[in-house]
Amino acid sequence: MHKLLTDTPGKEMLLLGNEAIARGALEAGVSFATCYPGTPSSEIPENFFKISQESDLYFEYSTNEKVAMEVGAGAAISGLRTMVTLKHVGLNVAADPLMTLAYTGIKGGMVIINADDPSLFSSQNEQDNRFYARLSSLPMLEPTNVQEMKDMTIAAFDLSEELALPVIIRTTTRLNHIRAAVELGELKPVKAKDTFQKNPFHFVCVPAVSRNLHKLLLEKYDRALEKSENGPHNQIIGDGKWGIVANGVSFNYVRDAVSDLGIGDKVSILKLGFSWPMPKDLCSRFLKHVDKVLVVEELEPVNENDLKAIAQENGIITPIKGKGVSGLSRLFEYDPGLVRQTIAEYFGLDYTAPEMTDLSDLPALPGRPPNLCAGCPHRASYYAVKQVYGPDTIYPTDIGCYTLGLLPPISMADLVICMGSSVSTGCGFSRATDQKVVSFIGDSTFFHSGITGLVNAVHNNHKFTLVILDNGTTAMTGHQPHPGVNTDPMGVELTQISIEELVRGLGVKDIHVVKPFKLKKTIEAVRATMEYDGISVIISKEFCPLFAKATGQFKKTKPFYVNQNKCKNHRDCINLLACPAMFLEGDQVEIDKTLCIGCSVCAQVCPENAILPMKG
Amino acid sequence: METKRVVFIGVGGQGNLLASRLLGEAALSLNIPAVVSEIHGMAQRGGIVESAVLLGDVTSPIVSNAEADVLIGFEPVETLRALSKCNKDTIVITNTHPLPPFTVSVGQGVYPPVDEIMGLIHAKAGKVIALDGNAMAKEAGNPLSLNMVMLGALIGSGSIPVGAEDMKKTISTTTKKAFLESNLKAFDLGMKSAN
Repeated sequence: MHKLLTDTPGKEMLLLGNEAIARGALEAGVSFATCYPGTPSSEIPENFFKISQESDLYFEYSTNEKVAMEVGAGAAISGLRTMVTLKHVGLNVAADPLMTLAYTGIKGGMVIINADDPSLFSSQNEQDNRFYARLSSLPMLEPTNVQEMKDMTIAAFDLSEELALPVIIRTTTRLNHIRAAVELGELKPVKAKDTFQKNPFHFVCVPAVSRNLHKLLLEKYDRALEKSENGPHNQIIGDGKWGIVANGVSFNYVRDAVSDLGIGDKVSILKLGFSWPMPKDLCSRFLKHVDKVLVVEELEPVNENDLKAIAQENGIITPIKGKGVSGLSRLFEYDPGLVRQTIAEYFGLDYTAPEMTDLSDLPALPGRPPNLCAGCPHRASYYAVKQVYGPDTIYPTDIGCYTLGLLPPISMADLVICMGSSVSTGCGFSRATDQKVVSFIGDSTFFHSGITGLVNAVHNNHKFTLVILDNGTTAMTGHQPHPGVNTDPMGVELTQISIEELVRGLGVKDIHVVKPFKLKKTIEAVRATMEYDGISVIISKEFCPLFAKATGQFKKTKPFYVNQNKCKNHRDCINLLACPAMFLEGDQVEIDKTLCIGCSVCAQVCPENAILPMKG
Repeated sequence: METKRVVFIGVGGQGNLLASRLLGEAALSLNIPAVVSEIHGMAQRGGIVESAVLLGDVTSPIVSNAEADVLIGFEPVETLRALSKCNKDTIVITNTHPLPPFTVSVGQGVYPPVDEIMGLIHAKAGKVIALDGNAMAKEAGNPLSLNMVMLGALIGSGSIPVGAEDMKKTISTTTKKAFLESNLKAFDLGMKSAN
């Protein structure tokens, strides 16, 4: 049995933040869950995927976040408790349905988990999605620890049903990826089906309908505001005259700093857990009570600006400061030391930070950036394209493991902005310049948002080459399936869609399906695209070795070794491929046989044929 | 109770996330408040993996620079790099077995001699416990049990309020049977080396 289905109310369990959200959903009777995976939210659906195989919960990895939101909307409007999980940039993709779903509202509780990523641990930007609550007028809850991640999930479902509105829970990477003890509650049964009640003049958002719905949304917003004013999630802690406002993970830094500095009797903390609608009256009472205010919030000065507006409306002149005080920046995540230092400075306390070890005289240490794995097929695909197209070609790339092709010596990435952008920016580059263009996109990303770009490329007669790196899984976020995956080895029977047939159906004429570990043939195919006057697509098909191993599809091959008698130390293998299985022993290249999976790419690159499969 | 801030630093694949999780589980079994923080994602592709365990009356899930009570480094250069987490009282437990990054192989950096690295760690840290964790893991019968060796050294150092028997109980209930014996042996070897 899945550990999150443990039916022992009252027992404590060490849970990852994301597991706590999944458990909270189960305790709220979630019946329907969708997502497109995205770090740092990916472990929530990962658990749902497994749980759905042993319970009545319906779960799917949807094609992208917009689809996930719309699939979820269908379920929630029908009356099922529904959860949609995504990362912050995923909500950009799903923003279109979300904005008008706020108008129609829902019937079954609908909770959207939005995971922001301050410090960009694994994202292309660090946008602050608290703005989405303001943009959509939807309620937003912000837990501060793992227990609250579970409890607020349950509260969010209730709130959502009460208001007939989707509710957004906003987390940040730190919260998603911390573990702490969580007290379990009772699991609720799953309601597998409900019946959709037709009401076209409420649900069909033509202008005449939506004019009424916008008014309805504002009424619901007012009710949400009442709950935010009077509910348990916003609270003033302490009675002192020094005011501190905090939300999310920062609340912990503030709490610990107040305790470390021994100023508990001097401080009042306003904890914003139900952060939108902002509890205006509560904020106003707080502002009137204190002498000065420090707002501690990662990323944008969202609460700070709203508090200033509330102060202005109420004629309050209490100084309110946040961004710009000491180390409080709009950049990156905060930490306990920074917040402690800032609080000490702002309130004029004597405080000396612990002295850091002086590392200024260290020798230059070698970097350790993440790298494509040993035997990763992307390395071979990049090598083949580079051999033919060289360094002057423009290489738009996309989001996935293969983005690591940015790093030398592969150096095969010129632009990445968002999912699917490799294809469409390729269209722009190929028209706007006389340079050659080869775009790279992963299989999952192609289904997510590359297809529409390719339709555009064909229709508008663009001329470039698209390489679809088909490794049979969504590798970067932890091997989730996508529409092109044979899911049988994962224990679920879903319909597999052929990328080749799809691309052909879109009207691409020049299609090459290659096995990238067969370098010679792959290079020939790449060369053919250079001659072609139009859109070429290369589908480079080889399993992600980690996924193949995890699903029993890995074909064991002998690892390779360097025959030192033959090796003349050109080092093409190591300098062009940078496979992590290779290392230098003295002056000679060696292969770590425990890492080598026998892909043979280095053997094909070696000009002396000095790399050979091990015998026996 | 007194707060203890423990930072684990290692390289993708060395198992430091499991080590920090097990310490969290052991703390929970002893009713010691604990927060474990991990960073997933990009780090898994051979990059640096940092995790932290905070025990006691503290709710912040991360450790600021200069604020670690214990730093456990699974790789010597990464230990050296992570000394920014330390102050003069920090106990540093480090593996001495180097794992040079691929950047060194392709000539983008130089891996300093291990003696030099260890000399720098000793010169800069207050108390250092250095051990060849890889050799001990091998001796225990499973090269992948480095994380158990390092956990053993942490418990052996006596720097946190979790005893050997409690830690072993957690290891026993969470480890696959096939690896249990080697894991416990690795733990013991690590612990002895830190006593």
